[in-house]
Amino acid sequence: MLMFILRRLGTMFATMVALTFIVFYLVNLPGNLEKLAKTEGNMRMTDEQVEAWLEKEGFKRPFLARYGEWLGNTLQGDMGYSRVFRKPVADVVGQRLGYTGILMFWVMMVMVPGALIVGVLAGMREGSILDRSLSVGSITSTSAPEYVTGIIFTVIFASSLGLLKGIASTRSITIENFTLPVMTMAIYGMGYIARMTRASMAEVMTSQYIRTARLKGLNFRSVVLKHALRNALIAPFTVIMLQFPWLLTGVVIVETMFNYKGFGWALVQAAGNNDINMLLAISWVAVIVVLATQLISDIGYAYLNPRIRVK
Amino acid sequence: MEPLSTVEIIIQTIIRFWPTWTAIGLTIFGCYFIREKMGVVGRLYGSTVGMWGAVLVLFWIFTAIFADLIAVQPALEQSFAPGMKKSAPGTGFMKDLEDGTQVAVYYLWGGDNLARDLFSRVVYGSQVVLIIAPAATLIAYMVGSTLGLPAGYYLGWIDTLMSFLANLVLAFPVILLFYLLVTPEVNEVKLIPIGPINLPWSLPIGMAAFFFLFPIIFLCTMWYTKYEKNPQRLATYIGVTLVVGLWLYSGLAFNSDPLGIVGMAPNELNVFAAVILGSSPGVFRIVRGLTMDIKTRDYVAAAQTRGERPWYIMLWEILPNARGPLIVDFCLRIGYTTILLGTLGFFGLGLSPESPDWGSMINHGRAFVRLSSTVHLSLFPAIALMTLVLGLNLLADGLREESLKD
Repeated sequence: MLMFILRRLGTMFATMVALTFIVFYLVNLPGNLEKLAKTEGNMRMTDEQVEAWLEKEGFKRPFLARYGEWLGNTLQGDMGYSRVFRKPVADVVGQRLGYTGILMFWVMMVMVPGALIVGVLAGMREGSILDRSLSVGSITSTSAPEYVTGIIFTVIFASSLGLLKGIASTRSITIENFTLPVMTMAIYGMGYIARMTRASMAEVMTSQYIRTARLKGLNFRSVVLKHALRNALIAPFTVIMLQFPWLLTGVVIVETMFNYKGFGWALVQAAGNNDINMLLAISWVAVIVVLATQLISDIGYAYLNPRIRVK
Repeated sequence: MEPLSTVEIIIQTIIRFWPTWTAIGLTIFGCYFIREKMGVVGRLYGSTVGMWGAVLVLFWIFTAIFADLIAVQPALEQSFAPGMKKSAPGTGFMKDLEDGTQVAVYYLWGGDNLARDLFSRVVYGSQVVLIIAPAATLIAYMVGSTLGLPAGYYLGWIDTLMSFLANLVLAFPVILLFYLLVTPEVNEVKLIPIGPINLPWSLPIGMAAFFFLFPIIFLCTMWYTKYEKNPQRLATYIGVTLVVGLWLYSGLAFNSDPLGIVGMAPNELNVFAAVILGSSPGVFRIVRGLTMDIKTRDYVAAAQTRGERPWYIMLWEILPNARGPLIVDFCLRIGYTTILLGTLGFFGLGLSPESPDWGSMINHGRAFVRLSSTVHLSLFPAIALMTLVLGLNLLADGLREESLKD
């Protein structure tokens, strides 16, 4: 087990270095550097002035040397200075991640129980009317990406009925502000997890030990709750963990749409202004989140399922 | 002019789509008689969910084909009548024709902020989406299969390397990737002189040039492994593939088709390359997984004993037998690609701003979504995108259910 985790950590580190290298290459393309120079200096800089500015700021040094320097600093915890936010990158990332964390917490609180309930209800009697209607509902929810549900919800609840607000503020977290972004994000992921849970539940319900329990005369309710549920929830667990990377994309869309100034919003700002240090830090954090959730899902799966033992 | 009432808007909208309704009816009626010969697709007639999916998908396919008949006016035409900007659904005005007469034109789904007809734009948008999404998915499939088959068949270091690369792309936040790839500054086209011609070059062109190679390699390997012993047929097939392939290749990737027929605007190429990059790793994973599974079957062992070459086994034994799950996944993935395209449009990274693709329309309309009188600007393209993806997902679900019955 220890060797397995160590090997995974090794791959993780290699992936992180490779990805930041690619990001470093992309943000340092001549076009992007020129844009940076012009936003920092002034828009009407001549080509010579751009060159001089880049020379002065140290962008003309060898590529690998600068990458090595960045990697070294980052590993020591110094991620540089953000040119857009005019603050150290670590501060910005920490603050924005906190805001996004609040949003994500509520999304998870709505999405996971909702999806599991829908999936278990649909899967416990395969082929019933309840199963069919819930399945079609889950398919519909996976067909509507955040920017579609966000628009439709805003139209219904904010513009027409006026019940909720179409803008979420980082300063006040109220039901009025938060319901729409949380719903928008939860709905898209919910369908997918629900379908996985349904498949897993349906499979468990056909197994021998459930039949034995039923034949022993236990009622359906306690068979589902006591015997089937635990085994049926192993597969969705990995799916839920693997949803995190996808949630990252969702966060960017929802935060842009509802003007919630969290991590995703910071990503858009940084990318729009080619804030090199900020972009590198964001990809660093994003990759850590993705890989860490993959690792947790693998370990958790092995832990939950006694039939799998990692060599 | 009196605006139309809600009922009139609905009736007129249904009437405008008449070519689509006719075509859907004919297709479903016609295919009913040959359903026995259509394999798993024919069995969709037994599944309600799959049938609804097929109808939704056919609806948008035929709308894209007959867009010129359905649309009221060209996608970019603006109205200069007063009050048509952001006008409510059903508003009409008198349009001057070239011969001096006037004709009543109604904006069934309202006008956008530049007084263009939303209905026509959504209809023309289906063309953009239905060309790019399936084409990009198809190429992603060729890339994913060409790399996934050997990874799953040989395992070992090839698999380790390829899986590492696939995970690398999958671990990359899609939006960050798109932002970095699709910014105009990165995509300035440079001309590199190579001998007699100037080769246009930029990062997306390079990526597209790389990805577009795969279909040619894929097809050539397929023909070579199958007709190795039949030089005449081999020469014809490879010849045709190379001529057509390289012709399309020069036109699509480098926009320098010698005949000047095929070409892609730089914007479209960026989006295309970005979407292929985004969906290839997923295809790679599923093909690799299926290959590892099918490799253990007896008919593969039989082919190995016959002394067939590995690539023959991969392309002519394993791939055809993986077609069931792959067809289902293909349907789902077109939907996913449509969502990706919309995401690009939503962030304003996609096609040119005036393009009628649904993502860009949602992006332009979302500034007006908080006022109940202007919600239609983004609502209609959003519903259009959702129905198409829903259709594809339902179709995939129906296909999966039917193929599991075997």
